[in-house]
Amino acid sequence: MLQQAFNGLVGGAFYALLALGLAVIFGMLGVVNFAHGAFYMLGAFGSYVLLDSWGVNFWVALPLVPVVLGVAGTVLERLFIRRLAPLDPLYNFLFTFGLALILQDLVKREYGVQSQPYPRPSALGGSIDLGLFTYPAYQVFVLAVSVVVCAAVWVVLTRTRVGMIVRAATERPELTRALGIDVARWVTPVFGFGVALAGFAGVLAAPMRAVNPLMGSDLIITVFAVVVIGGLGSVFGSVAAGFAVGIVSALGNYYVPSLSQTLVFILMAAVLLWRPAGLFGREEAL
Amino acid sequence: MLRIDGLSAWYGEAQALREVSLQVDEGEIVTLVGRNGAGKTTLLRCLMGLHKDAKGTIEFLGGDVTGLGPHKRARRGLGYVPDDRGIFATLSVEENLTLPPVARPDDDREAWSLERVYETFPRLRERRRFPGTKLSGGEQQMLALARVLRTGARLLLCDEPTEGLSPLIVQQIGDILREVKAAGVTVLLIEQNVHFAATVADRHHLLAEGRVVESLDNDEVLAREGELLEYLGI
Repeated sequence: MLQQAFNGLVGGAFYALLALGLAVIFGMLGVVNFAHGAFYMLGAFGSYVLLDSWGVNFWVALPLVPVVLGVAGTVLERLFIRRLAPLDPLYNFLFTFGLALILQDLVKREYGVQSQPYPRPSALGGSIDLGLFTYPAYQVFVLAVSVVVCAAVWVVLTRTRVGMIVRAATERPELTRALGIDVARWVTPVFGFGVALAGFAGVLAAPMRAVNPLMGSDLIITVFAVVVIGGLGSVFGSVAAGFAVGIVSALGNYYVPSLSQTLVFILMAAVLLWRPAGLFGREEAL
Repeated sequence: MLRIDGLSAWYGEAQALREVSLQVDEGEIVTLVGRNGAGKTTLLRCLMGLHKDAKGTIEFLGGDVTGLGPHKRARRGLGYVPDDRGIFATLSVEENLTLPPVARPDDDREAWSLERVYETFPRLRERRRFPGTKLSGGEQQMLALARVLRTGARLLLCDEPTEGLSPLIVQQIGDILREVKAAGVTVLLIEQNVHFAATVADRHHLLAEGRVVESLDNDEVLAREGELLEYLGI
């Protein structure tokens, strides 16, 4: 039971990182980024290609791949998303959805649909004795790193001027501009940062999950449920819901395997019936 | 200081402003009076650059601001307080105050430091760690006014600052507006309370169906108070 819950926390770490990126992007841009799963997949493939073709190891890929993807994200925002933003939200919805399909198929054409192997970094190859049970060291590392990253984002959002501007612009973009802040200038880095977070989760996933072109689209549906459960645009809610959903689905997988795929959506429906704006969403924001 | 020339605005097919032209001079307090839907809020939103579907020219401090985005207008000295005060719920009182970039670099007037704000509004100091929306309506209005002053605004656009507030608080808001005026800040104010309007303002414009139909001074407003109240349906 405890071990299952721990499995859930590790799985939840990926949900939390992905949901965090989606939430800041949705909050600041009002864009539902359907390409988020594709960026996660690119993160995993990026580290695979770096290792396979150039022998660049995990520890270099972990910062490098997210930075490259983040920069690509800022270019994407500048060239396309910004231009579509003033139109109906459906345009960015279609654009990011189409982009996800294109990225997926490009990778599929090059590498096929079978999973590529990615070894665990040797320093994290063993197991750690956690007292009640022993656990693979790499999984413990993943959990620790994502908790640190989520906490760091939280500190930046709540304790810095940048965070204050992001919070204000998320709540009322127009009024924030009327107070003299150039909101558009902050949108690009926020989008890039969200994409980088997805890439970061992808690099972390490579050694423990199947690296294949569909890994992102398999996961992202659940992540959308996580964001809705946490409350659209609520950063804290997304992270909390990410870990909670991880635990619920791991326990569900163990005790009622037949429901493992649907459990998250049952949870989402229940939360929405109880709180229509999600756990940490604000009613007036919707 | 502010010159509006032939300003029209639309919401889709519906026209909200029809060729509005008016002028506000430095140091004045000018009110916009009119029924709901007369176009008062739309006019302020156009002045701040928040309403896109508009035509006409807006000159402020001798420069054409018509094509500028809201943040550029704010930096030129336009300040906007929306009718719901626009206090950020996810920001504390102090963060609400420190959010705007303080004053414009070319401005040598004494800026509204946090200390000066707290001296003027002691309640805000007591509550500075509270989330902005946990304040009472009157306190939120004080916060909204203090915040817009910190932007270094030379002209305040206030959308019904007294709406829904008790008479005592309304009096305080009046005192603040007079103090703001004494400090050399100009105010363009939407106000339904014509008696209050006559006690704080210098001139009044009556809007109806998107047009300025009459311009009045204080004596005229007071002499015709009953008629105006009836017209406004209050």
